[in-house]
Amino acid sequence: MGTKTARRATMTVAEKIKELTRNHLKNDGVALGQCLTAVGWVGGTVPDMTEEEGLIELSMADVAAGGFAVGLALAGRRPIYIVRYQGFQQFNSIIPLSYAAKSNNIWDVSCPIFIRSIGMDGGIGPVASGSHHSIFTRMPGIKVFAPMTPGEYQRGWDRFMEDDTPYCASEHRRSFSIDYEMPNRIHPQADITLYPISSTRLNALEAAATLESEGIVCNIVHLLWLKPFFVSETILSALSGSRHGGLVLDGDFENGVAKCLAYDIMQQSDKNVRVLALEERSAGFAPHLDNLPPTPQKICEYVRKLVQQTR
Amino acid sequence: MRSKDYGLLPGLTAKCSREDTLAMFSKVCFSRFFEFKVKEAAEKKLIKCPIYLSLGQESISSALAVAFPNPAIFGQHRCHDLYLAYGGDPTALRDELLHRPTGCTSGMGGSASIHSPAIKMFGHDGFMGTQVPIAIGYAFGAGQRTLAVMGDASAEEDYVLAALGLASTKKAPVLFVCADNNLSILTEKKVRRNWHMAEVASAFKLRAVEITDDPWLIMHQTRILSQELPAFMNIHTARAVWHAGTGCDGPPEWDRFSLIKEEVARLGLQREAEDIEIETQDKISLLWAQKLPGEQP
Repeated sequence: MGTKTARRATMTVAEKIKELTRNHLKNDGVALGQCLTAVGWVGGTVPDMTEEEGLIELSMADVAAGGFAVGLALAGRRPIYIVRYQGFQQFNSIIPLSYAAKSNNIWDVSCPIFIRSIGMDGGIGPVASGSHHSIFTRMPGIKVFAPMTPGEYQRGWDRFMEDDTPYCASEHRRSFSIDYEMPNRIHPQADITLYPISSTRLNALEAAATLESEGIVCNIVHLLWLKPFFVSETILSALSGSRHGGLVLDGDFENGVAKCLAYDIMQQSDKNVRVLALEERSAGFAPHLDNLPPTPQKICEYVRKLVQQTR
Repeated sequence: MRSKDYGLLPGLTAKCSREDTLAMFSKVCFSRFFEFKVKEAAEKKLIKCPIYLSLGQESISSALAVAFPNPAIFGQHRCHDLYLAYGGDPTALRDELLHRPTGCTSGMGGSASIHSPAIKMFGHDGFMGTQVPIAIGYAFGAGQRTLAVMGDASAEEDYVLAALGLASTKKAPVLFVCADNNLSILTEKKVRRNWHMAEVASAFKLRAVEITDDPWLIMHQTRILSQELPAFMNIHTARAVWHAGTGCDGPPEWDRFSLIKEEVARLGLQREAEDIEIETQDKISLLWAQKLPGEQP
């Protein structure tokens, strides 16, 4: 059986981000955002540095701030643009997407900006919670990844530093305390292959353990890169060995990148790939009206139903 | 408030050097005659994208190019004059407008999104006013004197207003220029707002002036304001043609080109000015000769 256990890393994701940021600022880079130095220093991911050292506190003007970050990128400063809640990207992403993502295409001018877009699972109503990486994935010219481990974060960062295009790191607060890596879990004969994104990876691991105790075997292929999305041999071989197809799990809305990825995978296989993500409705503040990423229980229910239907 | 004389200072033209006056006039002529050829090419259907002509407002970019040299430049969709005044390659602009791969943006930019690394002019993405916050980030990040040009409509964008506050707080070395023709397409400013950009800029603690598009006045104010950036200039101007395309609803409120020529003559430079006009017309005709059917070099 191809099941692997989680590998321990030397630091948490939060520590990794802080370390990368500190090193970047020491090398003429800049990091900017709103309320960076306030309570918690963005979940402990921002180093205690000054504006003279490159840590720039912005006013609360969301759209203009994105433009300011783009200007810093054109100036060669490779800005880390920190947006504390992914829902705020409805405003913050506008100029990075309208300008930075197109700059290479239109003018052959590189505009490398690293957007830290931080998600969380519900609890704060319809505006700020959830993941919203689909805002970015629809636009040509930007690369999007959703790291959940220190190693994944480092790899995404390294790729950014070697590239001249904008990147969006769809982060999740649940990752900040993670100090281990998450390898794929692939069985030669599985019932289903789960393709979880961001925080749903943690839920998928929990759901898979429950389902396995019931005799339902799940592959788990973690999806790190959302754009460009490469349908790898691992993705396809896991799917080909799965009796009931695949399931993409996401903390963004169903009609977003999750369906795009499921479509891409299906185009290269003869299996169905379904999607389970945020429901097509606004979240509310009351706990019973929240709109959460698929929980382990919800994943289990969905998979059980699917297995029963297609057995 | 709005008039061809607004903010004029007596005796200013006489204090300006002969060289600056002629350099400014030369740039005005170059932009103007180039735009006439663009208009002609568009009317002959050789240009198949929307065009945004600068006709009538050339004095602004020409005066800026003389008094505020070598900045990083962030214009917006109407920027042929800015590109030419700061020394952008006219052949590359012509080719861009004719959709040729030899264009300054290889055909991607059309009229609205041109750029030129040679003169540090960055392209515009087509969204009104985005150049303003981008210019501020650039100026702050590069420590480079920067010019950000907008129109009176884009100045109203929420992110432009917020960006002015950011420029003030961060002391970004940007000269903001609003080319104010009083219109958003055809909607007058008084219909859209009851406030003035220079007052808003002042409220953000930027040094700001409200003036007409007299080029000597622009050069004078630019030299004063550029000593302590960021600063803001709202410049009233009277464009000769529609927002897009070559249409015209009659004569503009004032004809700045004629006013400049009168002033140049008063300064005793009429002969030099006439030579510049003729030489520039010839140069532009030659530039377009092979592209416009029937054109004689």
